[in-house]
Formats: sequence, C-alpha cells, structure tokens
Amino acid sequence: MNLIVMQGVNKRYKNGVNAIQDLNLTIEKGEFVFVIGSTGCGKSTLIKMLYREEKPTKGKIIVGGLNVAKLRNSKVYKLRRKIGVVFQDFKLLPKSTVFENVAFALEVLGLPKDEIYHKVIKVLELVGLKHKAKNYPNQLSGGEQQRVAIARAIVNGPKILICDEPTGNLDENTSMEIMTVLEEINKLGTTIIMVTHDRTIVKKLKKRTILLDSGRILKDYKKGKYVDESNKNIK
Amino acid sequence: MSMRAIRILSRNIRDSFKSVFRNFSLSLASISCITITLLVVALSIVLSFNVNNFTKLVEKDVTIVTFLDVDIDEAGREEVLTELKKINNIDKISFESKMEIADEMMDANETYKNIMSDWDEESSPLQDTYLVKVKDIEQIEKTANQIKKIKGVNIVKYGEGMIEKLVSTFDLVNKVCYGIVLALIIVTAFLITNTIKITIFSRKREIEIMRLVGASNINIKIPFIFEGLFLGLLGSIIPIAVTIYGYKAIYTKMDGQVFSSIIKLVKPMPFVFEISIILVIIGMFVGMFGSWQAVRKYLKI
Repeated sequence: MNLIVMQGVNKRYKNGVNAIQDLNLTIEKGEFVFVIGSTGCGKSTLIKMLYREEKPTKGKIIVGGLNVAKLRNSKVYKLRRKIGVVFQDFKLLPKSTVFENVAFALEVLGLPKDEIYHKVIKVLELVGLKHKAKNYPNQLSGGEQQRVAIARAIVNGPKILICDEPTGNLDENTSMEIMTVLEEINKLGTTIIMVTHDRTIVKKLKKRTILLDSGRILKDYKKGKYVDESNKNIK
Repeated sequence: MSMRAIRILSRNIRDSFKSVFRNFSLSLASISCITITLLVVALSIVLSFNVNNFTKLVEKDVTIVTFLDVDIDEAGREEVLTELKKINNIDKISFESKMEIADEMMDANETYKNIMSDWDEESSPLQDTYLVKVKDIEQIEKTANQIKKIKGVNIVKYGEGMIEKLVSTFDLVNKVCYGIVLALIIVTAFLITNTIKITIFSRKREIEIMRLVGASNINIKIPFIFEGLFLGLLGSIIPIAVTIYGYKAIYTKMDGQVFSSIIKLVKPMPFVFEISIILVIIGMFVGMFGSWQAVRKYLKI
C-alpha cells in the first residue's frame, strides 16, 4: 500500500527559487526512508510539503489518503493527526514537564484524562524516559529532549513519522541512541521518513535512501543498496 | 463527541486562565489599555445619557403660552380650543384663567398682592391663556405660527429661538459623545490587537507546536479568545468602580441638578449598573476581538 505518493511536484518559492522540480516518489507502508543531499538541495522543502508546512506550486501529494496539495489551511489539523513530526530543535514547551509535553498532543484531541495518562506513560516507557516524566526540558540532555519529542510525535499512533534532521544537534553516540528508538518505532509498523546529512547513520542503517540534488531525485537506493558516493557529488 | 468537545473547551479555559497569569507583565499592558479606554468611555456615556436626559426634561417643560384676547367670552374660548385641537403637533392643552394667573402671582409676591387683590373678572388687565405642550420640539416655531393665526388669540410666547438652540446644542454634545465612544472602541480594539500580538509573539512556538500535534485552528484560537475575554473583564474592574462611586459622589455633591431645578441629573441607582454592564460588554468584546485578530496572523500558512 502506498502511504505517500508524490506526482509531478514542483515548488517555487516567492523569491524565485525552484526548490523542487518535477518530483515523483512513492513510499509504502512500513518503510524507513532517508532523504539526503547537500544543503539547499530541497530536502527540507520536500518533507515540509509532506506535513503541509509548505504547499507545492504544482503536482499531487497524497499522504495517508489526504490530498495535501489541496488541503485547506483550516483542515491542516486532519493531516497532522495522522502524522508525527520531529525536528532538529525538538520544539518542546519549556514551561511544561516531559509528561505535559507529551500529553499535550492528546489533550488537543480531547481524550479523557486517564486514557491520556496511560498512553503517555506507555510511550515514555518506549523511549526510555518514564523516570523523567516530571522533569522539565531544560533538565534533560539533548538526546533525552529529542526522545521526548519523538514520544510526543508518536503518542497518538500516527502511520507516518517525519523527522527533519533529528540528530542534527546530537553527538554520534546519542544519535545512534535516537536511531535505535526510531528503528524500534519502525518495527512497530510506523513508516518513517528522515531527512539527514549524517552519512554515517545512513551507511550504518542501510535503509532505502533518496539522494536529492537541485530539487530532483538523483538516486533512489533500495533497502540495503546504499553506497556512499558523496565524494563524486561534491561540486 | 460532545464529551470530547466539553473536555477540549474546559482545557482551553484552564489554559487561558493560566496564561493570563503566566504572562502577567504583558497581560498587564493589555489590561491597562482596556482600563484607560473604558474610563473615557464611561465618562462619555455618563455625559451623553445626562445630556439626553436634559433634552427630555427641557422638552417636557417647553410650553407655548397662548394669550387670548382680553374681551374673549366663553364661546370664543371654546372656539379657540377646537381650533387648537386641529393642529397636529400639539400634545396637551390646559387652560388657565386670568383669575388663576392673578392668584398665582399674588401668592408669589407681596407687592402684587397689594395691587391685584381688588381686581375682578371684569377689571383685570390679565388675559386668559391656553398652555400648549408640543410633541416635536423642532417644529415649535411652525406650531406657534399656526396658533397665532387662530381667531381670538392675542399673543403667542414660547421662548423663541432659545429652546431650539439649547436642544440642538444638547443634540450635538450627544452625537460627539457617541462618536468618541465609537472611535475609542475601534482604537482600543487595534491597540489591544497589537498588545496581544506582542504577547502572542512570545508564544509563537506554542501555537506552532499546537498546530503540529494536530490542534484545529478553532482549538488554537479559543484559549486566546478566552484570554482576551479575561483581560477585558479585568480591565473593566477599575472603570466600573470609578463609575459607581464617582457618579454617586458627583450626584450627591451637585444635589442631583445642574444650574437649575429643571435640569436634573440621571438618578444613580439603576443608571450606574447599566453603565457597568455596558462597560463589561465593551471590555470583553474588545479583548476577544483583539485576541482573535492577533492569533489569526499565526494560523495562516
């Protein structure tokens, strides 16, 4: 089943930059996909369009059955409830505890209190932070904060998890910890799309990898087929 | 479904309460902005309502005094009355005979009493009068002219010119007051919008995260709108207190009247509470509108 379909997608920003050009891509349920490429290749734009932070100028984008390209601003929440998003800078509420940060995603859905409690505790257990539920974000390390962000992204059981450089601010060991958590989540059935420029991770995990260049797909390596060609691509 | 809506709403109200106090210094800016406006609005309303009241009192008091010919008889008086009744703008007619007028004058003044005490129906130089009240004060001149034409009418008096001027002045004051109130409400709505925009800017991240985790736009707006409502409520406390105590004090001090006993101030009792209700409503409306406008900006992507 194709969870994400992009057909003939173009994105041109108002300042004239063509970030994405004629892009076709399908991602199936349960896949783990890396999106790599040099700075400015359009990889951020690509996934921003998936969670409808940006609208494509042309083309069709279907995410989990919703036509994102035609999704009205007031209906964006319908998409956001089907997906989880994780960022480089975590985007946690500093004045709320770990528990509250994760519970926030369920509160806006109007779930009852005890259901929220159970779900939050369960997901914190999954990311290994149950013991820090009452701490505030600034009392946690970067890796821990990212795990809270992941917990928040998956707490309502989304089909898709979108990660925008989730390890960008973390050292190598911590990055690998995060990747372990993400792989765990992927095994539980969540499709993951991750933008990264960390080729060590890509090399190590050997997932399907999409190499972008100037807004086009340069290569689409199947699972386990990734070879580092970065030296050839430097211009 | 409805339970869910109730839960979401109650969480929204809780969060908006929290945020008023959490961002207190910024809330204070909005509150003082509303407070100052509402004070001026209160003043304008008090002024405008009182002027309105003056107009009504003056209008009620304006009488066209119709002096009849000195030698008019019973039948002639009846004839004039029938003619008067034909005029559209006339509201009430009452008759005062020359003897009644003499009695009134003698009661009021000792000297008159000495002179007038031996006047009788025949010898009195005074004239019988009809006291005429009009419906529309603006038409008083026309009505007076109509009365003048009636046979048996000698002189018509109604404080020519003065009354219309007074009434139109009151009318102007009233309009200016309404204008001020309206302008202030609009200006405050903008000021509040901007003040709250600053508050919300510091919470841009919060809105971003709310959107991210799937809060609908209404869901995001509601806490901010409630917050605006609370700000409006808090901002109206001081103006209401000032209105209630201030107006009562002024009323007592001026003995309830201005210049003369004709022009009376509106009695404070239900009046101050009516104003208070108006102030609360304006405060809440302005606060809500401001918040709603401010948050809209961050929901457009």
